[in-house]
Amino acid sequence: MKRKTSIGNLVIHLFLLVGVIVVAFPFIWMIVSSVKSLPDFYRFSFWPEKVNLSAYKYVFQETDYLRWYLNSIIVGAVVTISCLIFNSLVGYTLAKHKFPGAKMIFILILSTLMIPTEMLVIPWYLLGVKVNLIDTYLGIMFPGLIEAFGIFLMRQYMLSIPDDLLEAARIDGMSEFRIWWRIAIPQVKPALSALGIVTFLGNWNAYLWPVIAVTTDQMRTLPVGISLYATGDSGGIQWNTIMAMSTLAVIPMIIVFLIFQRKIVEGITLTGMKG
Amino acid sequence: MTQAQTSAAQSQQMDNKTPMKLKEKRPMKMKTRRTMTAYSFLLVPLIFFICIRFFPTLYAFSMSFTTQNVNGFTIENYRILLRDGVFWKSVWNTCKYVIITVPLQMAFGLILALAIERVRHFRWFYRMIYFLPYITSTVAVSWVWRLMFDPSVGFLNQFIGLFGIPAQNWLTDPKEALYCVCAVMIWQSMGFSMLIFMAGLQGIPKHFYEAAKIDGANRWKVFWKITFPLLNPTIVFLAITGVIQALQTFTQIQNLTASSGASAGGPLNSTVSIVVYMYKTAFQEFNMQYASAVAVVLFLFILLVTLVQMKVLNKTYEY
Repeated sequence: MKRKTSIGNLVIHLFLLVGVIVVAFPFIWMIVSSVKSLPDFYRFSFWPEKVNLSAYKYVFQETDYLRWYLNSIIVGAVVTISCLIFNSLVGYTLAKHKFPGAKMIFILILSTLMIPTEMLVIPWYLLGVKVNLIDTYLGIMFPGLIEAFGIFLMRQYMLSIPDDLLEAARIDGMSEFRIWWRIAIPQVKPALSALGIVTFLGNWNAYLWPVIAVTTDQMRTLPVGISLYATGDSGGIQWNTIMAMSTLAVIPMIIVFLIFQRKIVEGITLTGMKG
Repeated sequence: MTQAQTSAAQSQQMDNKTPMKLKEKRPMKMKTRRTMTAYSFLLVPLIFFICIRFFPTLYAFSMSFTTQNVNGFTIENYRILLRDGVFWKSVWNTCKYVIITVPLQMAFGLILALAIERVRHFRWFYRMIYFLPYITSTVAVSWVWRLMFDPSVGFLNQFIGLFGIPAQNWLTDPKEALYCVCAVMIWQSMGFSMLIFMAGLQGIPKHFYEAAKIDGANRWKVFWKITFPLLNPTIVFLAITGVIQALQTFTQIQNLTASSGASAGGPLNSTVSIVVYMYKTAFQEFNMQYASAVAVVLFLFILLVTLVQMKVLNKTYEY
């Protein structure tokens, strides 16, 4: 009986390992391809003849890659901070303040979740052209600065804060703003960090709006930079350069994921389940 | 942005301190003051939602009823849309993306979650590897897959060559391209389904399984009578979010099929989706009005899914 279960276990491990190879293989192929020379691609072997770092040299010296990286970090950081502040402030107000119109405002904000970004990019673009936001950081960032889903999430968590706690602070003479900042925020830290992770990831990978909002090479974010470099090259696709760019974009993400695995998985499960 | 926020906050604090002293004198005003505070907190976000969400939505709708040549209300765009072969192709392709990717990524996710639940060792390792594609940049991994699919230098043709299968054209074959895009989408999102299913499985009370064991139910029966029905909310959630996401497919198609010579959605429009078509119409042909009409159709699709979601979710919570 016991033997049977351990064999069953082995079969499952085997199945999972095959899956691991299938899922992880593109990453390995990506790294190996990034150290190939262009002729290596036509030798049809898995390994390069010898490790060739010219693609990386090209990426750093001939393209604006580092600038794209910086742009992505700036955009991701600012949008995340803005979302954390505004979403939690609105979520808190809607959960813990009773005032006429509260319910209507909540429904109005929630209803924007139904509107797909794809429908808004054209008006955003026309607006951006009109007020000179194209090719600026604010232009890339403005659509995401406050976010309905985050407000919904924060409201759900703020609801569980006991009213007595807030009332006690009020009697102590704390201002409403300080009550939010000092009392409410610390109570919902796990939800905040989850929201922060999801927001940053979403912005880090965002493509549709940044590719529209940016026309100059310098202002591209990382995904836009890679994509436009790869499609823009008319002299044949430089696979090793593209793979070097992809590797440099993906590997730091994997390292960050390995370090904060538990937090990231928790965050995505939390926000995913609440959606 | 943050600076404006803090200065607004400071003035907020001052506003609050003055009436605080008057509190004893005029308790009647308490409620009004609380309302004022709430609205001062909501002021900036409300302006944001009106300017960045509501107004653009109305603008997109109204723009879809105008054309570049004619001023004033016209349904010309929608009339052309009805006879536009590429548009219908994009609608049909989008349906295919939904029908192919959503069930498969959920099925793989569930199988992986069940398998990982069963083993005792290396759980974190499996979970990590399978989830990896989901957090990596879609653009970067799309290009990696594009290299794998490449007919002359790609890995896949080398691999199937080992088994004597003739080389395929993958993304450059109009018959295969859409399935290749689907494969990339499934590869990237099945880890997310797995994660959500794992959370769902952990939420099932253990005593259900113990009771089934006492009753002598076999594994197959336990799965279909206990696990599957109790995962219902998870399944509904994944189906809805999956459908909405697949309806909006853009990044993968753009990066897997566009090149300096050809725009996205090729070959022969075999992979074009509603969003790709909208993007091309708006930002390559600069017909914003017509593109808005396409976007409105997408909006109606998503609205339909959302309404179904509300119905189904209400039903699920009843038992």
